[in-house]
Amino acid sequence: MIVMASPRLPGPVRHLLAALRMLLVLTVLVGIAYPLAVTAIAQLPGLRHQADGSLVRAADGTVVGSSRIGQPFTDAAGRPIPTYFQPRPSAAGAGYDPTATAASNLGPEDVVDTFDDPATPGDESRRSLLTTVCGRSRAVGQLEGVDGRRPYCTPDGAGAVLAVFHRDPGPAGPVVRVVSVNEQCPARPFVTTYEGVRVECAAPGGDYAAGRRVLVPGPGRGRDNPVPPDAVTASASGLDPDISPAYAYLQVNRVAGARGLPPAAVRRLVEEHVRGRALGFLGEPRVNVVALNLALDRLGAG
Amino acid sequence: MNTTTAGAVFAASLAIALGLTYRPFGDYMARVYTSKRHLRAEKMIYRLVGVDPDTDQRWSVHLRAVLAFSCVSVLFLYVLLRLQGRLPLSLGFGGMAPGQAFDTAASFVTNTNWQSYAGESTLGYLVQMAGLAVQNFTSAAVGISVAIALVRGFARNRTDRLGNFWVDLVRTVVRILLPISVIGAVVLVAGGVVQNFHDVRTVSAIAGSSQAITGGPVASQEIIKELGTNGGGFYNANSAHPFENPTVWTNWLQVYLLLAIPFALPRAFGKMVGDTRQGLAIVSAMAVLAITGIFLANGFQLAHHGTVPTAVGAATEGVETRFGVSGSATFAAATTLTSTGAVNSAHDSYTSLGGAVLLLNMMLGEIAPGGAGSGLYGMLVVAVLAVFVGGLMIGRTPEYLGKKIAAREVKFAALYILTTPVLALGVTAAAMALPGERANMLGSGAHGLSEVLYAATSAANNNGSAFAGLTVNTAWWNTVLGISMLLARLLPVVFVLGLAGSLARQRTAPASSGTLPTHRPLFVGLVTGVAFVVVALTYFPALALGPFAEGLH
Repeated sequence: MIVMASPRLPGPVRHLLAALRMLLVLTVLVGIAYPLAVTAIAQLPGLRHQADGSLVRAADGTVVGSSRIGQPFTDAAGRPIPTYFQPRPSAAGAGYDPTATAASNLGPEDVVDTFDDPATPGDESRRSLLTTVCGRSRAVGQLEGVDGRRPYCTPDGAGAVLAVFHRDPGPAGPVVRVVSVNEQCPARPFVTTYEGVRVECAAPGGDYAAGRRVLVPGPGRGRDNPVPPDAVTASASGLDPDISPAYAYLQVNRVAGARGLPPAAVRRLVEEHVRGRALGFLGEPRVNVVALNLALDRLGAG
Repeated sequence: MNTTTAGAVFAASLAIALGLTYRPFGDYMARVYTSKRHLRAEKMIYRLVGVDPDTDQRWSVHLRAVLAFSCVSVLFLYVLLRLQGRLPLSLGFGGMAPGQAFDTAASFVTNTNWQSYAGESTLGYLVQMAGLAVQNFTSAAVGISVAIALVRGFARNRTDRLGNFWVDLVRTVVRILLPISVIGAVVLVAGGVVQNFHDVRTVSAIAGSSQAITGGPVASQEIIKELGTNGGGFYNANSAHPFENPTVWTNWLQVYLLLAIPFALPRAFGKMVGDTRQGLAIVSAMAVLAITGIFLANGFQLAHHGTVPTAVGAATEGVETRFGVSGSATFAAATTLTSTGAVNSAHDSYTSLGGAVLLLNMMLGEIAPGGAGSGLYGMLVVAVLAVFVGGLMIGRTPEYLGKKIAAREVKFAALYILTTPVLALGVTAAAMALPGERANMLGSGAHGLSEVLYAATSAANNNGSAFAGLTVNTAWWNTVLGISMLLARLLPVVFVLGLAGSLARQRTAPASSGTLPTHRPLFVGLVTGVAFVVVALTYFPALALGPFAEGLH
């Protein structure tokens, strides 16, 4: 494998051969020996459980996942199972898929949906981040029986965005046409008129980019909304095992009702699972949904 | 304690820890590069490789060794990636396609770690540990070796010798990176990072659906990913993945590790040039820029301006619950200020102004504190420019550490400074001019431009973090970014070593009453100002069209 340098070889070749030998030697050292050594040390008691993936078991002893990796608690149709605490939305594959970890990667001003035009082949529809957030907030609000309306959201859970067209470029002059860009026809727009002009729904394949974009704040609350921020936003990995204590407490009554358990008992279970900031300043308070639901199954009535 | 206070304490505790290790770690590194003794293991390596560790190299020989090593590394990694399907531990994944393999090889050899692939669905364990992780060690060591050669250029007197590249490379790996990595990897395992060779294990989850639990030698790669300011994640989600960064304290440790070497190297510089106040001045300039960057990123993320963050009530899209908005913003600022590019949150979903701060951090040229080694040599080049500007102001021949900064030195410094913006803005302009590349943007309008600008800037600064909305696994992006990363790494190395050679040749002149003192706060301010003005003037138009336009509309 190792070719010894011959002084007769020209300079560049000698350099390259020395470089290749150096790379091979270092590959054996830090590419093979080092990871194997660390793996060997990781077999020590106290480390092995973590090194293997912090696996958790159900009451009957079967492995049901990892305490560090979030899981979906939905039925085959993707609807939340009411007897379980729900995790955050996930952008990893079809949801909580460790072989396709990902965030949504959608920007803060991603507010206009794209609707498929039946005239062109291939589905081009895409929901904007704003509509996604509004839809989730509405769904969680309905599931938990609270007000899920948010700013810039229509009551139907779409982004409340108008494209306003003026008579003259600039834009100047009176408003001549207004389209609610995230409400596809035949939906009835969330406002009937804007500055005296009737608001239209969005036609499939319509291009409203030329209009002035107007965001309608609406009545919903952003801060201190009963549906907390983590319930309507996807995490960075798509595998976030945690939710905020606020989101956990919001789900107590629904879970208790679905299981026929006293709400106080479920609430106590959540309280036991709330973890504060480490050392008082590291991270955010949180509840591990995998651990909480496992404990819930042990409590019974699932 | 509320979120803002906790975030402030988080950042302050990092600053204190870095301050405490500045002296001992910097002094240790100075000893590593000035010691005459070779360890037994090192002698064995030199014998196996067939290099004489006691020859001192001229700058041109030093440069040829760096280029040869980088060239061989790119080829070796490329072949490894292409042949993956025939190697053991491949997990059933085939070889990488040629364009992507070139992009990945260039990316890891240049310490960029830009990834157009997703680890868990592309790479097996052998390629990760014996291909990518090896480059995580060596690319950091190459950067540090070049920085040390420049320091020797300042420290030495009337010589054409800058030390031995092979010795600096081996010592960096054996005496600095490897010992810290072994200890750190075990600490990470204790925190919950996985380290195994299991196949993907499919389990029946609590609610009945099936879930695939991934494995891999992650801890051993994770630690050097941060320590060597590399940033290439084992998994696609990088440091947001619970198996890479499972707890709040591993998050703290990762931010500390990626800042540790870049912030301690100025101490080694001060020690080696015989005046530790010079190192303190350099680290102060780095710290001023870094603290500003971390403060602004936190401020914009916690204030959460913008439509979707206002609707949500917080900038939590693409943020893990355990880290929170502040623990993510601090990580994001640190990873873009160094040339790391690891991410624990989705930068693409940041508020427009928060994202602009991350872009600005990279556009500073990775000098505050920058990558392992590249941060120090980048900042020293800026200091050379600052001395030159200062000399023009007071009408004296500019001098830095007793070396005259004349036409030749300024030319090298100017070429160094120009390389990165030419590549970043050139690639952005080319991508925006070509309809196909523009169509790869997930965002439209100003946000789309930000995505392209971020990608080009990240590659040209050897950072590797991404506004991941852009689809970059195309022939055009793989090729152009691969070439851009190689040029952005190797051209500056040529200029830095040229500068080092020309400085070493000079006689060190004693300081006179007309010499600009380079250890006072005035000089720190001058360096900071030059760094910022050079950046702002170069990138401001592009920033104004991208994130500023998006954030202020």
